Amino acid sequence: MHTWKQSRLCWNSPRVQSIVTGALVMIFLLLSGSQNASALPAFARKYGLRCSACHETWPILNNFGLKFRDNGYQLMNDRDAPIWQNPGYWPVTFRITPVWHRVSQLSNEDTYAGGVATGTPNDALARVTSSGFDLSGLDFHTGGTLEKNISFFVLPSSDPTAAFHFETVMARFDNIFGSPWLNIKMGRFELNNLLSEKRMVQLTGNGGIYQTYHFIPIGDGNIFGQLGDNQLGMEYVGHSYNDRTRVSAALLSSSDGNVNLVTGANSYSTYATFDQGIDLGRLGVDRFGAYVFAGQAATYYPTSGGTPIPGSGIQNKGFSRVGFTGQFYFGPHFDLNVVTQHGTDNSWFGQGYGNAINPTNGSAGPPLNNNVPGSLLPTGAQTPTWNGYTFEARYVYSPQLIFIGEYEAERMSQQANGPGCNTSAGPDCWSPSAGTFTAGPSPSNLGNINNYDFLIRYNPFMTSRAGMALQLEYSLFHQIGTGPTSPVTASSVNINTNELMFALDFAF
Amino acid sequence: MKNFKTVYLFSAILSFILTAGYTTARAQDVPDVGPHPAGKPVEMESHIGNLTGHSEAAKLPYRRYCAGCHGDLGDGQGENTPWLDPKPRNFTLATFKCRSTPTGTLPLDSDLYNSVGRGFTNSNMPIWNALSNQDRANLVAIIKTFSPRWQKEKAGDPIKVPSEPPVTIESISHGKALFTKLECWKCHGPEGKGDGPSASTLTDSQDNPIRPYNFAAGTNDSRFKCGSTNEDIYKIFMTGVDGTPMPSFADTIQPNDAWDLVHFLRVLQVHRHGKENDVLKAAGGNIPPYVEKQAEAPSSQPEVRAAGGGK
Repeated sequence: MHTWKQSRLCWNSPRVQSIVTGALVMIFLLLSGSQNASALPAFARKYGLRCSACHETWPILNNFGLKFRDNGYQLMNDRDAPIWQNPGYWPVTFRITPVWHRVSQLSNEDTYAGGVATGTPNDALARVTSSGFDLSGLDFHTGGTLEKNISFFVLPSSDPTAAFHFETVMARFDNIFGSPWLNIKMGRFELNNLLSEKRMVQLTGNGGIYQTYHFIPIGDGNIFGQLGDNQLGMEYVGHSYNDRTRVSAALLSSSDGNVNLVTGANSYSTYATFDQGIDLGRLGVDRFGAYVFAGQAATYYPTSGGTPIPGSGIQNKGFSRVGFTGQFYFGPHFDLNVVTQHGTDNSWFGQGYGNAINPTNGSAGPPLNNNVPGSLLPTGAQTPTWNGYTFEARYVYSPQLIFIGEYEAERMSQQANGPGCNTSAGPDCWSPSAGTFTAGPSPSNLGNINNYDFLIRYNPFMTSRAGMALQLEYSLFHQIGTGPTSPVTASSVNINTNELMFALDFAF
Repeated sequence: MKNFKTVYLFSAILSFILTAGYTTARAQDVPDVGPHPAGKPVEMESHIGNLTGHSEAAKLPYRRYCAGCHGDLGDGQGENTPWLDPKPRNFTLATFKCRSTPTGTLPLDSDLYNSVGRGFTNSNMPIWNALSNQDRANLVAIIKTFSPRWQKEKAGDPIKVPSEPPVTIESISHGKALFTKLECWKCHGPEGKGDGPSASTLTDSQDNPIRPYNFAAGTNDSRFKCGSTNEDIYKIFMTGVDGTPMPSFADTIQPNDAWDLVHFLRVLQVHRHGKENDVLKAAGGNIPPYVEKQAEAPSSQPEVRAAGGGK
């Protein structure tokens, strides 16, 4: 990778600095002279609306966009059914984001002297800083109506190396019996989160997800309670005519969206939400709501030749995520979005059982996390519980210029390894910081997270044909006790990762 | 030194985005296409019930939701206009289809407010009821800034809508006779399918082709452009649909005759389940020929109430 250290040789040249500065000025001049234009292409083209009609800034939905989505991507007029569309209409949007970013994070390094390794591997702690131009993956958003009140959405998505998977695949039936309270969909879809991770504009590695939606206690083997991941299942959504009141309930495979019944073959979860919009006059339509994600997931996969058999999971154990959501507008320019969460996992998950098929998912767990017959919980193992908070404030200067500040806090309230772990009565607790089964409780703040993200997003034009945003973003991620191992204390240090990014986020 | 370079680059990018964003966003606070309005924009208010809308507060929502079709100047020349049919309303003409007021007059604020919240089912105009009531009132106020008529004229007085008489097979029969007599069929077709002999020749006041309403289309939830109730239909032909060939019949037919016409038009909505179709079904499914009654002694006048007035 072309690192910042290498690039500084060029950067030191006054000529290069002049060229870069001149280029920025030229772009600025071009953009200053630009005329009206922004938009979410596929649906905007269909209905002839600007992106800003549905999006606070694309892709964040405003209340009108939320209603459009809840109606199955329909405006509920005569133009919804595809039979009314121009035959040349192609309901596809492409999105990809070239970026320049600079990432700084801690790592273990080997040390050398005279060209020869000294000490043991990873015997030093170092901060590695990388910078350069990069790419996001490519998204093919395709969605719309198959017939009035029957719609679909398919999203093949790639990573930056063009390895594709299906992020979203679903078909839905809306306004069944003419009632907006009866809408059903099935497939792989985003959960009905009021603060949507799939529609966030943050792009950095840690800022680009909501930590609250993905938090897993250190050493926990349950990857199946992540609200931010698209899930496989069926969902019922009901809403009032003007979308002020919304309810949903989903039945999901406890697979975290993984296909082929590898996990979650015999376990299910439910996700239910409620939110209510209140018209507060000049403030706008504010919303508050609540959600429950509760389910079970397997901890034991029978083995064949010692290898867990995919799809065979049994010995289900429970987990839950509950919380409140709020979307508070303070006039047309400022809004604050809040999500809280109280999470609980069964003690078996806390000891690293649960994800025997794909143990690389999630955080580091015990090497053998299969609850084979006769397994015992270590003495002192207890239910890991935690609380999470997400605050996202947005200042919308205009539909074309938005400022966002985000803060997230994840706080363990009870570690899986309780004080009783310090006993010889049974198996020792798994110590994720040491990477072995050792006696002793975990520090109470192990795994706690503070995450900050700030960005400016500017759409130089706004139409219903294509959209582009210039984005400058800074993210700072801090997690306690989960970083590389300190050569001094032989335990994990805190993670401190920061990232600066400039992106051209465009869709057409 | 490395940190200095990072700060330099960060500052340059930040300055660029802030300056470009602010400059362009500010520049687009004023219309940037078409002729610019002379002089300082006039501020207007709207009054719908207890709500007071302010045009100044609607600048951002108008740009966000409306300008793409109706244009920055409200002249119906947004960037999407070439691809839309029917064309977006040209607010500079202050001619509105859905009113509670007589033909040729300005509508009530509540008429515009209800239109914004109801949308127009057979056009690209969405149902904007997800917006706050205040936002909708503000948008009504900004619509009034686009034409000087709003500064010179007051809205018309709302027409009187008598209470609806019971639906009978006789009222349906009379409505059918009126449908023929008033030559509604010439545009709407004998069966209300919008296929009358004149249908293909119709244009609106801006010479855009326009289609007469097809009563037979749609399902049970199909709506008329100006509302879904019988009173809404009554108002359509007693106020006319200004800017279209649909005239006002206020000077042609009596209020009770108008209600009979409403009952017949409901029967033309063959996919709709309503009391009119129930009455027709009970009568064997056939509309008997209308027999002109002898002049009767004047009966007590039906209750009359004002239309409109907002919510």
